[in-house]
Amino acid sequence: MSFGTARPVLADVSCRIREGEFVALLGPSGCGKSTFLRLVAGLMSPAAGTLTMHGMAPSIARRGKRRVAFVFQEPNLLPWRTVADNIRLPLELQKVPSREHAERIVKSLQLIGLTKDDAKKRPRNLSGGMRMRVSLARALVTLPDVLLMDEPFAALDDVLRQQLNEDLVRIWMQHHWTSLFVTHNVAEAVFLSQRVLVMNKRPGTIVAEIPIPFSYPREPGLRADPEFARLCGELSLRLREAAR
Amino acid sequence: MTRRTLFSAFVTTVLPPVILFGIVVISWHFAVTWFRLKPYVFPHPLAVWQAMGADAPILGRAIVYTGSAALCGFGISLVLGTLIAFVFAQSRMIRASAYPYFIFLQTVPVVAIAPLIVRWCGYGYQSVVLVAAILSLFPILSNGTQGLLEIDPDLLDLFRLNNASRWQTLIKLRFPSAVPGILAGARTSSGLAVVGAIVGEYFVGYGSERFGLGILIETTINSSETDRLFAAILTSTLFGIAIFGLINLISATILRRWYDGPVEHRR
Repeated sequence: MSFGTARPVLADVSCRIREGEFVALLGPSGCGKSTFLRLVAGLMSPAAGTLTMHGMAPSIARRGKRRVAFVFQEPNLLPWRTVADNIRLPLELQKVPSREHAERIVKSLQLIGLTKDDAKKRPRNLSGGMRMRVSLARALVTLPDVLLMDEPFAALDDVLRQQLNEDLVRIWMQHHWTSLFVTHNVAEAVFLSQRVLVMNKRPGTIVAEIPIPFSYPREPGLRADPEFARLCGELSLRLREAAR
Repeated sequence: MTRRTLFSAFVTTVLPPVILFGIVVISWHFAVTWFRLKPYVFPHPLAVWQAMGADAPILGRAIVYTGSAALCGFGISLVLGTLIAFVFAQSRMIRASAYPYFIFLQTVPVVAIAPLIVRWCGYGYQSVVLVAAILSLFPILSNGTQGLLEIDPDLLDLFRLNNASRWQTLIKLRFPSAVPGILAGARTSSGLAVVGAIVGEYFVGYGSERFGLGILIETTINSSETDRLFAAILTSTLFGIAIFGLINLISATILRRWYDGPVEHRR
């Protein structure tokens, strides 16, 4: 898969993600991970090759019955809206009947561990971690079939990142949306996913596919498991090779 | 706001210009006394103060005339500028075609278009309002267009992912994002509207029966009443500052209540 007339950003990318699967996409900075995610979301079109979601082009699947949600690197909340109104935004845009809004917003807030008091706050009054939680809630309120996440926790400190990883696994286990999670953090990729795809530098291509054998639920103690450490080591090595 | 922060705001924002004004008035007094300047060339500050007192009823009426024309012109430019910015934000082609003509409106001297305005609208209030509107339109249009277009690409992607219509993107994303820009334009425009109304009175004004600040300045120049001229100029300046301050206050209130801080954009 490639696009553009100059040097391709992605080339010879071939992969298949099953329905309900949690896949992590790991690669060095600038290898085209975010571009790949945008192609999957149908926000860009490839210049060559094909990409399908349930047999359709993603932009068409998105307009049909498939709900695709995206969590960006930055929370990207609208500062003039309260937390609840930010979460409500996709429902308004998708013209979901307003009688359903309140219940779905409350459910999303509960899922990500925010209170009703938090719902009245403006983004400015929230910490970085809380803002990212709201961004996640805004994606989950649409009850997505596919959830695409572009290094959503990259800007957070390690403790908060681990906490949010655990929350994400818990929520995924309840809903089982298909998930593609872009990261350059090896431990995060191993903790979250069932399979890790490793990309190398431009032109970006998938150079390794590592299955993660741990069952769900995944508890914080998993990070101390020798097999976890071994997988992290192996992926780190692959990542270093890919960055060359 | 606590008493301490109020005092600190007073010391940092109000006190310095007041002190500077005092220094200018004292220097003015000594310059007029030492150089024995003729009152019709450069009147003593006390004479200007007395003229302001004596002309207070006329100046008050003039402020009402000029002020209402300036506010009407400003209101028109605010609504029109925002609407045109909406249209500009919809199409690059429209923007490229029409933008140069609005730059023309900004740069053309009023004296050059005054005969046209008089021919179309006649002498009087409506023409003064038109001049004020023409002069104050561009900053709102320019800032508004910029604000409507400079949107974080991720936010635009978020709207696309949720299959937002062009109208939804305009109303729920572009317009709210542009409000700080429109308000910044409005702050500049408010001063220009006052200047436009005063200058407009010179060229397309009301005639002798209604004295706006522009007419007052013109008649005092013609009759060499320099102290009254200074009084009229000083009043115009103070009036301009008051309008600018008022728009600033409204703008700050809107931004604080609606936005609760600056718009969050990724750099």
